[in-house]
Amino acid sequence: MAEEQKAPTMNPPSPPSVSRRFFLLKLGVFLNVIAAGLIGIPLIGYIAGAMRRKAYNAWIPLGDIKSFPSGETRLASYTNPFRVPWDGMTAEIPCWVRHVDGEKFQIFAINCAHLGCPVRWFRESQLFMCPCHGGVYYADGARASGPPPRGLYEYEYELRGDDLWVRGGQIPSLSAGV
Amino acid sequence: MAATGSGPKNRLARIGTWFDDRLHFTESILPPIVHAVPSNAASWAYVFGSATLLCLVMQIITGICLALVYAPAADEAWKSLLYLNYVQPLGWFLRAMHAWGSHFMIALMTIHLVQVFMFGAYKYPRELTWVVGCLLFILTLAMGFSGQIMRFDQDAYWGLGIVVSIIGRVPLIGGELIHLVLGGPIIGAETLSRWFALHVFVLPGLLLGLIALHLWLVVKIGINEWPMPGRLVTRERYLEEYHQLVADEGEPFVPDGVQKDVVFAGIVLLALVTCAAVFGPAGPNGEPNPTLINTLPRPDFWFLPLFAIFALLPPYMESFLMLAGPPVLILLAVALPFYSNLGEKSFKRRPGAWVLVIMVFLILGVLAWLGTFSPWSPHMSAWSGVPTPVQYVQGRTPLELQGALVIQNKQCRNCHSLGGEGGLRGPPLDDVAGRLSHDELIRQVLQGGGNMPAYGKHLSPEQVTALVAFLETMVRGGQPPERNSTEPR
Repeated sequence: MAEEQKAPTMNPPSPPSVSRRFFLLKLGVFLNVIAAGLIGIPLIGYIAGAMRRKAYNAWIPLGDIKSFPSGETRLASYTNPFRVPWDGMTAEIPCWVRHVDGEKFQIFAINCAHLGCPVRWFRESQLFMCPCHGGVYYADGARASGPPPRGLYEYEYELRGDDLWVRGGQIPSLSAGV
Repeated sequence: MAATGSGPKNRLARIGTWFDDRLHFTESILPPIVHAVPSNAASWAYVFGSATLLCLVMQIITGICLALVYAPAADEAWKSLLYLNYVQPLGWFLRAMHAWGSHFMIALMTIHLVQVFMFGAYKYPRELTWVVGCLLFILTLAMGFSGQIMRFDQDAYWGLGIVVSIIGRVPLIGGELIHLVLGGPIIGAETLSRWFALHVFVLPGLLLGLIALHLWLVVKIGINEWPMPGRLVTRERYLEEYHQLVADEGEPFVPDGVQKDVVFAGIVLLALVTCAAVFGPAGPNGEPNPTLINTLPRPDFWFLPLFAIFALLPPYMESFLMLAGPPVLILLAVALPFYSNLGEKSFKRRPGAWVLVIMVFLILGVLAWLGTFSPWSPHMSAWSGVPTPVQYVQGRTPLELQGALVIQNKQCRNCHSLGGEGGLRGPPLDDVAGRLSHDELIRQVLQGGGNMPAYGKHLSPEQVTALVAFLETMVRGGQPPERNSTEPR
């Protein structure tokens, strides 16, 4: 061991070679920093690509208004327009359609405003109930009881001829709505 | 070192020497293996760390095997799990080993953590070992959660929904963060791929790196000696005393110190195989189709306390506690050796440590128990699926019987129980007339309040009259019904 430690010992390097060695080291660090930026920035851009858009919204047909009788609340679903082919059934997004009367509708996201579980409609008591933490909403989506901090998320809608269209595309949250 | 002579033994030794001259194992790998440990540390209490590591090795082996068949794509993952369960030879067994391995790993790691805490092993000079251990604990729980997502069923889908809703509470950038975590605007293909990459590449890589650091620290600083009551840790004398202890009573880790670890490893493996073979794989439950909304999302056992506490947090500070609570608790745990660094190590002289451990496990235990039956959630099918107790309809007037029907039809029993059956969200109605007077009952039904929705819009006056007439019969034997004192009868 003692011999091995002696072996690498060198004579004190002369000043010119020191400056050249440090020049190469500086050049090396410089080149690598540039390269790290050129590799790192696209990498972050790739991973965070989905963050570029604040909101994902598009108009989506929900079906003929005849399938939503007046005074009733019915489960409907649409295929999310922002999808990839291998999304499979996860791209099928359910929502609750309440036909108030005439041309007046309310379309609620399925997700409870508390922690996103799927709320169920109970026609007899005119309530939406959540199976996770006991959130309950009235027929108009207003919070009735339980932990939700607000009422159900509500989609924008339009009537185009006999068809009901909804503006959606992202999972609703307290930050971004639907 | 050099082997001379002929014979197969010597030839083997020569081959060994040839390799060692090049690999230098006897001077690099061998010393940590045979390094001296305090003989009192070779105890049954010290076997849980190595058992946790053993579980990780099993998880890696079974995980690689599962990855041979599992399809990490949103449209195929669930089907490939069914294929593993029912078609792939012994696929069910590998899935069971992986699921049970995760339960064993988290359980053993928790015992290891409690042992380290109770034995004061986190104190000087092993602070960094504790810090790295805490990170390993968090990473292992993250593996557990991401593994639950790999079981891409309804629980996984709505579990991600819960993650989304928590992140959505982050001010300003919540929406963007959701898209980052999901890899897009909805829970879908890129979400599963993202979590798959976390579960099989990123988190295991971090785990292995930190385990190397954890073991390095254990070997370099030396394993904690059995703490003797009254032998206080001081910065001046501890290292000297420890080295003296090892010099006086030390024994090589291999083959002496490791004996109990080997026996326990065998027991753990046998228990793991038995659980896997007897109880089988975990799920998957229903297919991850969001339009199938008649589902009851629940997390795996280890996350039930968290699931329960989300129902019980006071709503006005819920978002704050969800976002700030975990980092504060983690920071408190990680920083433990920096505010409890010296002094007594023995659990016999640290009653506070006992109180803390018992309290934490009582809280987690009660929350997990509540999580299993979720009393805060309506019983979704009670209104149509649970009978009205016979004694509550016997001898009742037609009006009261009509009220009993209203109770069923209006789904009151989803939240209120009769005869112990029904929801637990609201109070049982068996003795409601002993608590509320006639007027109070009407007001409560019409206006709600106290976490009950108002039914004024959805009940006709006749229905309210019948309902209240029925409820007024609900008093326990011997209990006087509640009356309004302004109307003497």
